[in-house]
Amino acid sequence: MSATGIGAAVRRKEDHRFITGQGRYTDDINRPGQTYAYFLRSPHAHATLNRIDAKAAATMPGVLGIYTGEDLAADKIGGLICGWMIHNKDGSPMRAGSHPALAQGKVRYVGDHVAVVVAETLAQARDAAEAISVDYGVLPAVVDTASAASSKTQVHAESADNTVFNWHLGDKAATEKAFKAAKHVTKLDLVNNRLVPNPMEPRAAVGDYDQGEGAFTLYTTSQNPHVARLVLSAFIGIAPENKLRVVAPDVGGGFGSKIFIYAEETVCVWAAKKVGRPVKWTSDRTEAFLSDAHGRDHVTHAELATDADGKMIGMRVKTTANLGAYLSTFSSSVPTYLYAPLLSGQYDIPAIYCEVDAVYTNTAPVDAYRGAGRPEATFVVERLVEIAARELGKDPAKFRMQNYIKKFPHQTPVIMMYDTGNYAASMKKALEIIDYKGLAKRKRDSARNGKLRGIGFSSYIEACGIAPSAAVGSLGAGVGLWESAEVRVNPVGTVEVLTGSHSHGQGHETTFAQLVSDRLGIPIENVSIIHGDTDKVQMGMGTYGSRSGAVGMSAIAKAVDKVIAKGKKVAAYVLEADEADIDFKDGNFHVKGTDKTLDFGSCALQAYIAHKFNGQDLEPGLKEGAFYDPTNFTFPAGVHICEVEIDPETGITRIERWAAVDDFGIVINPMIVEGQVHGGIAQGVGQALLEGARYNQDGQLVTASFMDYCMPRADDLPSFDVGMTVTPCPSNPLGIKGCGEAGAIASPPAVINAITDALGHEEVTMPATPQVVWRAAQKSIKRMAAE
Amino acid sequence: MYAFTYHRPATARQAAGLLAKKEDAKLLAGGHTLLPTMKQRLASPTHLVDLGGCADLRGIERKGRNVVIGAMTTHAEVADSAVVREAIPSLAYLASHIGDPHVRHRGTIGGSVANNDPAADYPAALMALGATIVTNKRKLTAEEFFTGLYETALEEGEIVVRISFPLVSKAGYAKFRNPASRYALVGVFVAKRGSEVSVAVTGAGEGGVFRWPEAEAALKARFAAKSLDGIKHTAKGINADMHADAEYRAHLIGVMAREAVARATGK
Amino acid sequence: MATVSLTVNGKAVTANVDPRTLLVQLLRENLRLTGTHVGCDTSQCGACVVHLDGKAVKSCTTLALSVDGATVTTIEGLAVNGVLHPMQEAFREHHGLQCGYCTPGMIMAAVDMVSRRGHSLDEATIRDDLDGNICRCTGYHNIVKAIAAGAEAMGKAATPTRKAAE
Repeated sequence: MSATGIGAAVRRKEDHRFITGQGRYTDDINRPGQTYAYFLRSPHAHATLNRIDAKAAATMPGVLGIYTGEDLAADKIGGLICGWMIHNKDGSPMRAGSHPALAQGKVRYVGDHVAVVVAETLAQARDAAEAISVDYGVLPAVVDTASAASSKTQVHAESADNTVFNWHLGDKAATEKAFKAAKHVTKLDLVNNRLVPNPMEPRAAVGDYDQGEGAFTLYTTSQNPHVARLVLSAFIGIAPENKLRVVAPDVGGGFGSKIFIYAEETVCVWAAKKVGRPVKWTSDRTEAFLSDAHGRDHVTHAELATDADGKMIGMRVKTTANLGAYLSTFSSSVPTYLYAPLLSGQYDIPAIYCEVDAVYTNTAPVDAYRGAGRPEATFVVERLVEIAARELGKDPAKFRMQNYIKKFPHQTPVIMMYDTGNYAASMKKALEIIDYKGLAKRKRDSARNGKLRGIGFSSYIEACGIAPSAAVGSLGAGVGLWESAEVRVNPVGTVEVLTGSHSHGQGHETTFAQLVSDRLGIPIENVSIIHGDTDKVQMGMGTYGSRSGAVGMSAIAKAVDKVIAKGKKVAAYVLEADEADIDFKDGNFHVKGTDKTLDFGSCALQAYIAHKFNGQDLEPGLKEGAFYDPTNFTFPAGVHICEVEIDPETGITRIERWAAVDDFGIVINPMIVEGQVHGGIAQGVGQALLEGARYNQDGQLVTASFMDYCMPRADDLPSFDVGMTVTPCPSNPLGIKGCGEAGAIASPPAVINAITDALGHEEVTMPATPQVVWRAAQKSIKRMAAE
Repeated sequence: MYAFTYHRPATARQAAGLLAKKEDAKLLAGGHTLLPTMKQRLASPTHLVDLGGCADLRGIERKGRNVVIGAMTTHAEVADSAVVREAIPSLAYLASHIGDPHVRHRGTIGGSVANNDPAADYPAALMALGATIVTNKRKLTAEEFFTGLYETALEEGEIVVRISFPLVSKAGYAKFRNPASRYALVGVFVAKRGSEVSVAVTGAGEGGVFRWPEAEAALKARFAAKSLDGIKHTAKGINADMHADAEYRAHLIGVMAREAVARATGK
Repeated sequence: MATVSLTVNGKAVTANVDPRTLLVQLLRENLRLTGTHVGCDTSQCGACVVHLDGKAVKSCTTLALSVDGATVTTIEGLAVNGVLHPMQEAFREHHGLQCGYCTPGMIMAAVDMVSRRGHSLDEATIRDDLDGNICRCTGYHNIVKAIAAGAEAMGKAATPTRKAAE
C-alpha cells in the first residue's frame, strides 16, 4: 500500500479551503444585481386559502414582485413530484395528493408556502410579506400518526382516509404458519420518533436567468444536482435540461434532507426570469425546522416467533408511517422498499410478513434521513431480538450468534440476496473491545454508587450502494440508480475526474483521488475531482444511500480502466510493439519481456500530439467516460455495543463505552470511514436520547429551534472504539460496501437496549430524555423493592 | 429585525436621559436575549440604547462586607474575577455555567437580572444571597425586584446600575440544564449567613424565581445535604413543558438543592 | 445608515451600515469574509464565532455598530502569511471536519478555549467547554482529538516566542 493509495489514511485534500474560511457554499455566492426572496408561510397547519391580498404589500419599498400559486399555475409550472410509485395490496397505485410549490386553495402544514416576495433587500421582502393579508379558513389539523387514517378531517381530496397506500411484503400464509408452530412469541409496540435532519448549513438557492441565452442557472444546496435538474426540467417545467444548469457548490451536510427538490429553489429559479434579476433565498434555522423534510415517524407493532431451541422462525410487522402533508421526492420508498426488505437483519428467519400503511398528516413532509428506512427496520429487529433473548433467558450475544446467517449468498424472505458477510466475526471482536467479561463487575461498581449500568447490542445490516436500475425500476422507482464518471487526462498527465456523486462532507475529493492515483500510478496531487455542476459533469444520480463508494467509485474505476486500455493502444505505437504485449503497472506502460517503457504522462502527451500514430487508426486524445450500474445492493453489516450508566435520581444517561465493529468491505481511507461511523453514531444517539420533533394537536411545531430540539453536543457523547472486519463485496469491482449510514442505523437500538438492560424493563421510549428515564427508573426501583 | 435608531451613550446618566427622552426605547446590554428576539421580529424598539460604551457600568469591587458588580460586567468577568472567587466562589461558579463560553463573553449580569427570564441563573443567586439591586433611582432587594415571569420592579427610565452581594459564610449553586437550550430547567442556590439560610429556586416556578421555606427550615436546623432527605417540593405552581413536567421538575428541585448544599459544604 | 470603523484581521475597515446589521452580516456581506457562517437564529450553534478584542463571541448576536473601534479576527485572519495556525493544522491532521460548515466557528472557539484554559486540555474539559458549538457530521470524536493536539501545538509554538519576549 502506498502512502496515498487505497487503504491509506490520506489527509483530506478539501480541508485547506474549509479550515481557512475559503469554502464556497451557496449563501457565499452573490450574483450581480441580486435580489432576495422571502416566503410567506402558513401559520396554520390546515386551512383553506380564501383570499390573498398583496396590493398594499406590492407598493412597499424595494418590492419587485409578489407571486402566489396562481402565478405558477399561469406559467404552467408543475407541482413537486414523488419519484417512486408504490402500489397498494390490491395492485392499485398510491394516492398522491397534488403538491404545488406555492399553495393553491389550501395550506396543509405550518410553514407551507403561501406566497413569495422578491425585493431589493431581505428586510424589505420580509416587511412586505408581513403586509400581505391572507384570509385563511382554518380547518382542524390531522397530526397523530397512529390515528390519521381514522380522522374525520381530510388532508387531500385524493385520499378519503388520509392513507397514501396500504402496502405489504412477504409471505403472509407462511408467516402465520410459523407463528402457529412457535414455542415462544415476543411482542413489541414501538414508536420511531420523528427527527429533523439539521445539517449545519441551512438550505439556500440562487436563481439566475440569462436573457441572451434564454438559460437558467440555479445554485443550490443539493446532494444531487443532476436529479434536481431532471425534476425541475422534465416534471416541473422550468426549462428544458439544455437550458437549465444546476450547481451544487460546497454543501454543508445533507443527511438526506438535500436530496429532495423543494418549493424554494423551484420558485427562486422561476422568479429570476419573472423579475429579470438573480433571486436569492437562504433558509434560517426556524424555516429549516418547518420546511426541510423530516425523517422517521413510524408507529409499529412487531412480533418474533422462536422454536423450542431458540431458533427464530418467523417475524410479522405492522407499521404506520407518517409521510406528512405532501409526498416529498423519494418519500414513498422509505417506509417500503428501504424498510421491509431489511427486517431479516443478520438472521436466518424463514418467514417474514410486513404491512405498512402510509398516512398524510398536517405536518412537514417526511422523507429519507440518514439511513432512511433501514434505521427503522433495525430498531424493530434489534429491539425484538434483545427482548426475545431476555424472555428466553439467553445471553443476547449468544442468542444473536445462534441465529446469524452463516452461509452466503443468502436469500431472505423479503427480496434481498445477501452476497457475503461474517457476522460472528464482528460480534466476537465487539465483545472483546467492550470487555464483555468485565461487565458484571462494572455493574456491581455502578450499583455501589447508586447507579444503574446496562449493555445493549445492535447487529445491524443495511442495503446500500443503491442500486441496480432494473431492480429498482421493477419496484416502482422512476429513475435508474447507476452512476457516471468521466476521466479527462491532460497532455501533461494530470487528471480531472468528473463524477456524478456529490461530496458534502464525505471527502470524495480525497478518496476518489486515492483510487485514481492508485490505479494510474500517478501522484495524488495530479488528480482533481470535479462534481456538483451539471454544465461540467454530464450526468449523475448523486450522493445518498451510501452509494458514492460502491457505485460512484465503480464508475470511476471503469472509466480509468478505459483510459488505461486506450493508453495501451497509444503506447503500442510509441513503443513500436504489439498492443497485446503492453502492460500497465505503477504508472508505466511497458513492453513485456523488454525494458521499453513509457510513463503515463508521456503517454498522455503522445495521445494528444498524435505524431506517432495515424489519426484514422486511433483517435487522438485521452478521455473516457463510463456509466456503472451495480449488479446487487451491497450489505454493510456489523455489531455495535453500547454501555450506559443511569443516575436514577436525575434520569441522566451517560454513555460509558461504545464498541463499533463494522464490515464495509474494502476501505479506501480508514480515517474518513471512521469519521463517517462517528458521525452516524452521534445522530443515532441523538435519536435515542435527545432528538424528537413534536407537533401539538393544532399542528404547531413546538420544537422549531435549537432551544427546544436537542442537538447532540460534545458533552452528550463519548469517544467511540471503532473496529473493522472485512469481507470484500463481490458485487462491485472495488469490493466496497459503503459506510455513510451505518452508525445512524446501528446505534438507536444499542442505546435503548442498554437502557432497558440497566432498568430491568422495556418501557422506555425514544428520545430517552432524562425525564423519560427518571420516570422509568422509578418503576424499576418500585419493582426491585417489591421483589 | 425591524428598523431602529441606534444610540451608544458613554455614561449611565446619558443612557438614562435617552431612555427618558426617546419614545419606545429599549436598553441593549449583552444582547443575548434581546437581539435574537428582535431577529425573530418579536421585539421592535424604535430606539436602541446600547450600554456597551458606559464604562461606569462595568467592574467588580469588594466594598467592606459586600461584592459590588457593575451591571455591564460580563458573565466571564464575574466567573474569572479573583475578587468574586475569593469572596463568593459560588457566584463565580454560577457565572461560569451560564450559557456557553461565547455567550459569557457578551452576556451581562445587569441584562440577565433586568430580563428576569424564569430559566436564568442569576435571579436565584440574587435572591438567596440577599443582594441589593442599585438602579439610577433607588435600591431594591431581590425580593422586591423580581416580580414575576420576565417582570421586574423596574420603572420607565430606570436602569440597573450595579448589584451588591453581601458576603455569606457558605453558599452553593447547582443546576439541571435543559438538554436543548442549556438554560436552567431547575437551578437551586443555597446560602448560609450566620444562622439564616436561604434557598432560592430558578427555572421551575410558574412565577419565576422563588424561595423554598421548608428546605430553609430544615437546613437552618443543620446545614447538610442529609437534612433535605425526605423533603419534597410540591408540584403545585411548578412549570411544565415538554422537557420536564411539574412532577419531574419538583423532584429535581430536591436533587439540585442537595447538590447545592453539598457544594456549599464542600462534601 | 451609520458608520462603523473597526480592525478586521489586521486591516482597518469602515463601513456604512443599517443599524440593524449584525457583525456577521458586516463580515459576510460588506467585507465578503464568507468564512464566518450562520447556522441558527438562537445563538446556539456557534458557526458564527469570531474573536472580538481577543475573545470568542457569536457574531450573529452582536450588532455591527456595537463593535465600533474594536478588533475582530475571523477564520480568514488566523493563518499568518500563508502559514496555517496550529489549530487549523490540527483539525486537518485529525480529520476534525467533514462538511466544513461548522469548522470556522469550531476553530475560533478552540483557539479561544486554549487562551482561557491552557495548552493541556483533557477530553472532559474539551467536551464541556465546547457546548457553544454544534457539529452535525463528526460526532465530535475527532474534533476533541484535534483540539487537544492543537492546544499542545500552540503551546510548543508559543514557547520560543515567549522566551524571546522575556
